[in-house]
Amino acid sequence: MSIDLPVDLGMPSAGPGATGTAGVPRLPDGSALAKKDFTSDQEVRWCPGCGDYAILAAVQGFLPELGLKRENIVFVSGIGCSSRFPYYLDTYGMHSIHGRAPAIATGLAATREDLSVWVVTGDGDALSIGGNHLIHALRRNVNLKILLFNNEIYGLTKGQYSPTSHVGQVTKSSPLGSLDRPFNPVSLALGAEASFVARTMDSDRQHLTSVLRAAAEHRGSALVEIYQNCPIFNDGVFDVLKDRTEAAARILHLADGAEVAAGDDVVVRDDRGSLAVVARAEADPARIVRHDVTAENPSAAFALSRLDSPDLGHVPMGVFRNVQRPTYDDSLREQIASARTGEVTDADIDALLAGRDTWTVGA
Amino acid sequence: MSTKLVQKLDRVVIRFAGDSGDGMQLTGDRFTSQTALLGNDLSTLPNFPAEIRAPQGTLPGVSSFQLHFADHNVLTPGDAPDVLVAMNPAALKANLRDLPRGATVIVNTDEFTKRSLAKVGYATNPLEDGTLESYDVHPVALTSIAVEALAAFTDLTRKEKERAKNMFALGLLSWLYTRPMEGTEAFLKAKFADKPQILEANLTALRAGYNYGETTEDFAVAYEVAPATMPAGTYRNVTGNVALSLGLVAAAHRAHLPLFLGSYPITPASDILHTLAGLKRYGVATMQAEDEIAGVGAALGASFGGALGVTTTSGPGLALKAETIGLAVSLELPLVVCDIQRGGPSTGLPTKTEQADLLQALFGRNGESPVAVVAPATPADCFDTAVEAVRIATTYRTPVIVLSDGYLANGSEPWRLPRTAELPDLTVEFATEPNAVDDKGAPTFHPYLRDPETLARPWAIPGTPGLEHRVGGIEKADVTGNISYDPDNHDHMTRLRQAKIDGIADTIAPLTVDDPTGDADVLVLGWGSTFGPIAAAVRLARATGARVAQAHLRHLNPFPPNTGEVLRSYSRVIVPEMNLGQLALLLRAKYLVDVESHTSVRGLPFQAGELADVIVSAATSVSDAPLKEAAK
Repeated sequence: MSIDLPVDLGMPSAGPGATGTAGVPRLPDGSALAKKDFTSDQEVRWCPGCGDYAILAAVQGFLPELGLKRENIVFVSGIGCSSRFPYYLDTYGMHSIHGRAPAIATGLAATREDLSVWVVTGDGDALSIGGNHLIHALRRNVNLKILLFNNEIYGLTKGQYSPTSHVGQVTKSSPLGSLDRPFNPVSLALGAEASFVARTMDSDRQHLTSVLRAAAEHRGSALVEIYQNCPIFNDGVFDVLKDRTEAAARILHLADGAEVAAGDDVVVRDDRGSLAVVARAEADPARIVRHDVTAENPSAAFALSRLDSPDLGHVPMGVFRNVQRPTYDDSLREQIASARTGEVTDADIDALLAGRDTWTVGA
Repeated sequence: MSTKLVQKLDRVVIRFAGDSGDGMQLTGDRFTSQTALLGNDLSTLPNFPAEIRAPQGTLPGVSSFQLHFADHNVLTPGDAPDVLVAMNPAALKANLRDLPRGATVIVNTDEFTKRSLAKVGYATNPLEDGTLESYDVHPVALTSIAVEALAAFTDLTRKEKERAKNMFALGLLSWLYTRPMEGTEAFLKAKFADKPQILEANLTALRAGYNYGETTEDFAVAYEVAPATMPAGTYRNVTGNVALSLGLVAAAHRAHLPLFLGSYPITPASDILHTLAGLKRYGVATMQAEDEIAGVGAALGASFGGALGVTTTSGPGLALKAETIGLAVSLELPLVVCDIQRGGPSTGLPTKTEQADLLQALFGRNGESPVAVVAPATPADCFDTAVEAVRIATTYRTPVIVLSDGYLANGSEPWRLPRTAELPDLTVEFATEPNAVDDKGAPTFHPYLRDPETLARPWAIPGTPGLEHRVGGIEKADVTGNISYDPDNHDHMTRLRQAKIDGIADTIAPLTVDDPTGDADVLVLGWGSTFGPIAAAVRLARATGARVAQAHLRHLNPFPPNTGEVLRSYSRVIVPEMNLGQLALLLRAKYLVDVESHTSVRGLPFQAGELADVIVSAATSVSDAPLKEAAK
């Protein structure tokens, strides 16, 4: 993978060049945490074979490399199977209510520059009941890392179709097939002008970790869609992407500056300005798309996200977009800092209470 | 100096009424400010439609502002105006029925055209057909005189000149009631600093109005209302929403916590968002959220991080926030929720007042989810109530709902400024150390190990080493805070959460009763914004010789510990409310006292006179069979 950005946490706390964890206290030089330090004493209670185990292991394995103090990391989740995640991490955590984690995390991130704030959510939590909060967190560009576990089904409520289930999917609540057209989470996030959008998969530890690393590095909202298998209600939905031969032909690797290609296929610009997957042998070399992850205009990233097909014929994987723009929480802190004239004293509050028009009544 | 007669009055009620676009709220607001600076006691009632610009000249488009000022303590904006300023036929028609005979009516004759009269169903001109024969009518061509006064402003259009008619009216009334205009002049200079032409025009119109009063023979007498005797101190005039905002800022300062407001605009609460958004200098962070749910969610997130999380809303928004408030009950974190009540259900009456969210505040959540509920009594009391809400929220780690309403929010009164240093010390102690040992004897942290006094759990904020823990909405095991589905634990935790809220009663002042003769049989008990009208009504009733006691609840959950005792000391208890008897329901259920409910839901505060009749009739028939419920 080419996503191998250096994790440099000594950057300024805001403004161009700041990293996602700038301002978060780091461990002293020479000391480090290990995976076990991020493992809580709680028994993990997902179903056997659930993709969440792999994601949990990857996250626990990844967090030590951030070099941050453990107490300055917070995981906030909503409701759903994935949202049990915080209980299993020995950090600060909040298991909140359905769909609202991005809003709660926004209040936390806005008031605490010194925290690395992560949101764990699922396709129902983030895209159905919480769709509004998700798009607004992304448009504001709050410094949050949002891990969206997508298994295309409702697991915790036992098997209803979700906003990412495909049309015609037979579930408990759609015995004749789902009528809903699914969201493409990546397209949705890009439409909300998210500054960082990526896709990865539960079973590919290395890729998952590299995407987490890039997300942590990014200052602003990072949406990471993680294809995740539900062995009970939607088993095997991503199996073709887990078979080595099939994956090679289907996964369009997104690497900055590289051609977007899978197996013998390559992505080209077509005559109508959108993208198409064609056999490399037939591709006009001038039209082959090289991925530009930092393109200001999200149109190219959006076009890549539209290469998805319901049969997983081709699936772009990796970082779709990674651009810098001011974050909501940094800007809010800047407004306050520039309005401040020093410590607020009792006399300042007295003057505030008095306002401009006072009169005095003598004793 | 005026050459005319000056007559002294002890009190005046003025109502400015006009079209929504006529600037009546501004006119009333300025007149109020001038009156406050003069040292009168006062109370105001703005009343306007929900539409920004309802169809011009129509009854639904009438906007009014009532001000009661006096040389003595006043409790309400007044039942009936002594003076009505009517800028058009709609304003006259909409307000005439509130005027007692003999009242002064100043009308803008320019607007009494055939078309405007027809718009509100006047077949003939009420200025000419005898409709107003019982009133002291002053017909003034306000618009054309104002335009005439601005003849020199050749760059202004006629429309722009016409807009200055409210300043002309303000000038006239300032003369009539001997009000100083310097404050308004300074206000205009600040407001129109970038528009010198408009500024000059407004100042000219204002002075022209004053001079018109001075010269016209239509007004023979000017009036004076002497300053009221008020406790010594420095005062300002303040609306409930501003007082509430300032109370939150002062309380956060006394708690040494950053204030974070997550809010979504909603009438009549938005002014709190506007006010706090302008106070970044004091470290106040405000976030205009994408919806009501995000507003309270962000506030709760901020509280989790150790800030003072606040959200502001009105009834429909409180409904949307219910689930998050329930989460805060489970997380046991401080959260202040300000509900500026308005008429309901649903969208209801956005700009009118009501106090019908009491039961929603107490019970409008799933499961047993008790929260503290407090209510301010007057606009200035919104400050103290905000401080009290913050005290309870931070001490007990609980959501607190503040029930203000549209009447308090927009109404104003003089406020004797407190000294910040003398406000309660609300310093909060975050947990910093492990509070237990684990099975192996190692130090550990139990997030639900409670303070034995308050039953509050420790507030351990992220960033504190060694206290890493997880909170959430799933039932928590007592002490450890781990997920627990154990039946006994849930029963225990449910009772603990209730006991924690009940225990707040130990730290609140007992309910005090105002019973000057000490032998009253009738108690009038209210809560929230009905304080002024009830107190005025009790005053009227006492003037007739009735022996009446009054008490007022600030704490609605829990009630002050002596509430039952107070209720049982009177043979009759009357509970006036701007709902259909919600407090009465609670009192009957909790104390088994057959209180009598008197209710009104007209979108307007009670009238003191009407309430006094109810009280007097109760006091005089105390030995008879209890009155039938007075509710209509």
